Amino acid sequence: MATFKLTINGESHQIDVDPSTPMLWVLRDHFKLVGTKFGCGIAQCGACTIHVSDVAVRSCQLPVSAVGEQKITTIEGLSENGDHPVQKAWLEQDVPQCGYCQAGQIMSAAALLKANPNPSDEEIDQAMNGNICRCGTYIRIKKAIKTASSSL
Amino acid sequence: MTLIKTSYGRRSFLKTSALAGGGLVVGFSWLASCNPTNKEVAKMPKEWFEINGYLKIGDNGLATIMSPNPEIGQNVKTSMPMIVAEELDIDWDNVLVEQAPLNTAIFTRQLAGGSESIKFGWDGLRMAGATAREMLKQAAAQQWEVPVSEVTTDKGIISHKATNRTIGYGEVASVAATITPPKEVELKNYDEFKIIGTSKRNVDGLKLVTGKPLFGIDQDQEGMLIAMIVPPPAFGLKLKSYDDSKARTMPGIKDIFTINTYENVKGKSMFDVDAFPELIAVVGNTTWEVMQAKKAIIAQWEPFEEYQENFRGFSGKNIISQTIPAGKENSEDHYKIMEAMSLKASKIVRKDGDPDAAFKGAAKIIERSYTAPFLSHSTLEPMNFFADVTEDKALLSGPVQTPEYMEKSAAERLGLPLDKVELKMTRQGGGFGRRLYGHFVVEAGIISQKTKSPIKLIYTREDDMTFGTYRPAYHARYRAALDKDNNLIGFHVRAGGIPESPLFANRFPAGAVDNYLAETWDVPSNITVGAFRAPRSNFIAGVEQAFLDEVAEEAGKDPIDFRLELFERASNNPVGENNDYDPKRYAGVLELVREKSGWGKESTDKVYRGVSAYYCHNSYVANILDMAIENDLPVVKKVYAAVDCGIVVNPIAATNMVEGGTIDGIGNAMYGGLVFKDGAPIQNNFDRYRLIRHKESPKEIEVHFVDNNEHPTGLGEPPFPPVMGALANALYKATGQRHYDQPFITNKKVIG
Repeated sequence: MATFKLTINGESHQIDVDPSTPMLWVLRDHFKLVGTKFGCGIAQCGACTIHVSDVAVRSCQLPVSAVGEQKITTIEGLSENGDHPVQKAWLEQDVPQCGYCQAGQIMSAAALLKANPNPSDEEIDQAMNGNICRCGTYIRIKKAIKTASSSL
Repeated sequence: MTLIKTSYGRRSFLKTSALAGGGLVVGFSWLASCNPTNKEVAKMPKEWFEINGYLKIGDNGLATIMSPNPEIGQNVKTSMPMIVAEELDIDWDNVLVEQAPLNTAIFTRQLAGGSESIKFGWDGLRMAGATAREMLKQAAAQQWEVPVSEVTTDKGIISHKATNRTIGYGEVASVAATITPPKEVELKNYDEFKIIGTSKRNVDGLKLVTGKPLFGIDQDQEGMLIAMIVPPPAFGLKLKSYDDSKARTMPGIKDIFTINTYENVKGKSMFDVDAFPELIAVVGNTTWEVMQAKKAIIAQWEPFEEYQENFRGFSGKNIISQTIPAGKENSEDHYKIMEAMSLKASKIVRKDGDPDAAFKGAAKIIERSYTAPFLSHSTLEPMNFFADVTEDKALLSGPVQTPEYMEKSAAERLGLPLDKVELKMTRQGGGFGRRLYGHFVVEAGIISQKTKSPIKLIYTREDDMTFGTYRPAYHARYRAALDKDNNLIGFHVRAGGIPESPLFANRFPAGAVDNYLAETWDVPSNITVGAFRAPRSNFIAGVEQAFLDEVAEEAGKDPIDFRLELFERASNNPVGENNDYDPKRYAGVLELVREKSGWGKESTDKVYRGVSAYYCHNSYVANILDMAIENDLPVVKKVYAAVDCGIVVNPIAATNMVEGGTIDGIGNAMYGGLVFKDGAPIQNNFDRYRLIRHKESPKEIEVHFVDNNEHPTGLGEPPFPPVMGALANALYKATGQRHYDQPFITNKKVIG
């Protein structure tokens, strides 16, 4: 066990936890931020995607000890009221089916648009390819990213 | 308006359903059980008035509508309440939706399976809304002292035109709740619909995009512990012994013990399939701690002997007896066995005319065989369940497609009366059939009972993928006989699987060919299987449609014309009597997709087209798929889908389901496959088990619905199987090679 200071969604926290604990489980079990999802545990499905200093990271493979001073943003902290352009676009396109992967998809999309506000189809495919949607909402996800992009 | 009788209580419900030939399957005993007295109304929360089991109305005119069925991503949580709201005649903006409790006395058939939620829910949901509307009208009429026949409604407002008076639902809700439900209600004519047929966005949308707790795995409770299981590493094995001395000392670990999931359970249903009834359970404070301890357990496994399993079938009356053989199986052997079986005469399930003579006299015979591997459902939310079991009662909560069945199994196993067990439905991170088989519900219950603590059982992805109820491995051999004029005079299918066959005896082209033979076989296995999105169809559709494409080509006919000729035959002069499809609706979707895609008029420049059409789960779907080859890889540019599912309740969501089913179909046919070696799947996570990804998705899907007034049917399954045929046929056009074995591409590239 060790003590870590973390900045999550703009708030400072202190936590006593095994240093190898992935951020996914720190968020879900310790901070009850369950919007970040467990899908595979080996960074293959993207359901656990969060932002670490605005970059999309698979939190299931990110030990708490590796976070340091970097600020963490989860789906719960992406916007105050669910009004981030990506979230609004997701609602407009009515993207989700089961919805389980969508927090991860949204976090990947938001990071993409932050780095590249006007991505091409190929750039969207590239940035989003690590996020699996088992229901197959890929076409709507792409549409929503373009909707969000045009609103930026 | 159509006047329709409501029915009260169990007895009249049974009579109604018998008279209607199964049409009115949804029961209405909620009317009897939820007819609150004045006293009961007075006890209700001040602002809400329960009109019936399906809905309550607030004094401000808001309605809360219960969504009865499990939500697995098929969007019933939006579409089922839409149907109630339509007949209630309320503005959709004034509707709140709640997941209903499990109560089959009120709601009936609270199950996600067979794409039948809307088909079977339709009448009952409409009547629930219409009955409430009638009671609200009566309340207003009483207040105004006018005949109820003079009272009308529109969007939650009741009017009496003659005296120019209006009143909101909320203002009469308290009185309406005391009125005896009418024996007859008027249902709207289809052309009066204001909500059904308009696009309403997912009622959970905002919660989903903001990461609110909705799923089973998100559940939490004060004092809740985390539990995991250690299943055998391969089918054919059981637990021999284990050493948990290290694991027990690890931080956060509370207990480690074995459980026997179905010990002493007599009434196992078909949804109690369980490959590994004896498991090691690990219980601790946090998920990561339990995961680490799970890895530290050193277990010894041993082969089990062949045994017999008996399950109650779906109706509960028939008993399904299965032989579970011993041994550690290999896919390589499976393929050899399937090939050998396909060369032997098998059990005949349908024979029309004289197939032998037809083949003997044929000018041309085409024979092809097809295979497909086991598939893992791989719902993105792994199996999990919450349980809080005390001495005298149990709360079970989480994602399961068969809550009614699993509540019974859990009650029996936990030794509790059924009325002391409550099962709550959470939103489910995908189902696809995997959550029909709820052994994990019982496991969670036992673990909670044993630890005397609320627990949440979570499977790792590896547990989920290696402890599955997979889509079986399939094989089909087809033969077609053409006469000298290229007419299809004989058709022969011999299909089977490990451990189940994909064959439907009476499905197209049965009924369209004079001489028809269908044979089925199966080979037992200890690898557990179950329903997988569009069971059996998820193989037979694609291979049948690929074979017909080859037959059309050999006959020198356009593949659409060739199919339409067969449908015409089945329509005008059908062979046999038990054909399970409507050839006119089948032809309808094919004609619609031909028109919308501009078939025959396309530029042939580097785009290759494949066509397919299929009927399953009461809906008809035809596809045309456009493929290009880019960097030596097939790229699906566009898929056209024409769909006949009767009345479309919620177009935006229905389109989403068709898009998703199409992408899932392409994904599984192209990349999906679970390969067994020594009883264990080689793939145990998404690094090796391939699901379709963004880059591989079709670039565009254009969906067209047939505009008709047929009774609505489902869309969870029907869009999934047919596209596999269109894909295979386009692949042939693009590459010059026919593809007979799925997955079509075994992609070695791992994407992180």
